[in-house]
Amino acid sequence: MNGGRAAPDAESRAPRETFPLMRFGVIRFPGSNCDQDCLHAAGAVMGQEAFYLWHKETDLRGADCVILPGGFSYGDYLRCGAIARFAPIMAPIRRFAAEGGLVLGICNGFQILLEAGLLPGAMLRNASLRFQCQMTRLRVERGSIGPFSSAARTGELLRIPIAHGEGNYYADAATLAELNRNGQVLFRYCDERGRVAPEANPNGASENIAGITNRAGNVLGMMPHPERACEAALGAEDGRLIFESILEWIRARRISSAA
Amino acid sequence: MRARVTIMPKRNVLDPQGKAVVRAIHQIGMEIVRDARVGKIVEIEIAGNDAESVRPKLEEICRDLLSNPVIEDYRLEFEK
Repeated sequence: MNGGRAAPDAESRAPRETFPLMRFGVIRFPGSNCDQDCLHAAGAVMGQEAFYLWHKETDLRGADCVILPGGFSYGDYLRCGAIARFAPIMAPIRRFAAEGGLVLGICNGFQILLEAGLLPGAMLRNASLRFQCQMTRLRVERGSIGPFSSAARTGELLRIPIAHGEGNYYADAATLAELNRNGQVLFRYCDERGRVAPEANPNGASENIAGITNRAGNVLGMMPHPERACEAALGAEDGRLIFESILEWIRARRISSAA
Repeated sequence: MRARVTIMPKRNVLDPQGKAVVRAIHQIGMEIVRDARVGKIVEIEIAGNDAESVRPKLEEICRDLLSNPVIEDYRLEFEK
């Protein structure tokens, strides 16, 4: 829905300029700590409208894309994401996801999506038992298509950092087979030459998995932090591809729903 | 009445904490230990004394919150 706010002289301009800004809702749980980075990336860097949604809210306020940021929601008590899963904001997020709305969970946000059952599998403690804070290379497993990776090519390597103690993605063999069969694995950790090797696996994740989507493709969970890799000043810009893909997707959806 | 929930990583799931504990045990010279697994225990106070009437609710709590069935098993016990 673009709200029909096109200017009277809209026809003389490129269609995309007539769309209102895209709305990114960044969820804040007690203990979220990447919320400001996400707001900055979607707002200041990508030039869109970004706003916070407190975990106790029950309305997504017209967000086109909801971001569950990294951090330590509820102190990671019990299990990472286990308590956040029951926050009031999760009910509208569930409905939004079921209707095809874009949901991006980063790091702790990914853990919350797993605990909520919006994505399959679970997180274990890093195999190294250490908190891993480093730059990683990701191989795009399914590019040029979909809401989160259309701006990247399949096989393209992205430099995006990780920072987590529990990013060791686990799923049983049947679930992994299904993820592979449906093209739900979007990113894998790889080395500089793009090889998905055990040495390039920073946390012990099954099959070097760094990011997966749900079956429909509109919910993405990833351990690496694209919001920390959107500006040259931060040492990496590849995270922008994910945000650009999101913008492309929302734009296309607005065009098709306006037609 | 008190209930005790023991949550353990599933047998077929890697338990990095358990592995680290085994290494530490070996480091202090106790070679008799072959394996260790680390879980957690949650003690819950419940009103009343009828374990069977509250069991379904507690099972639900164990399943939905206290354990993650993808990677963990739990055991629910009641203490008088």
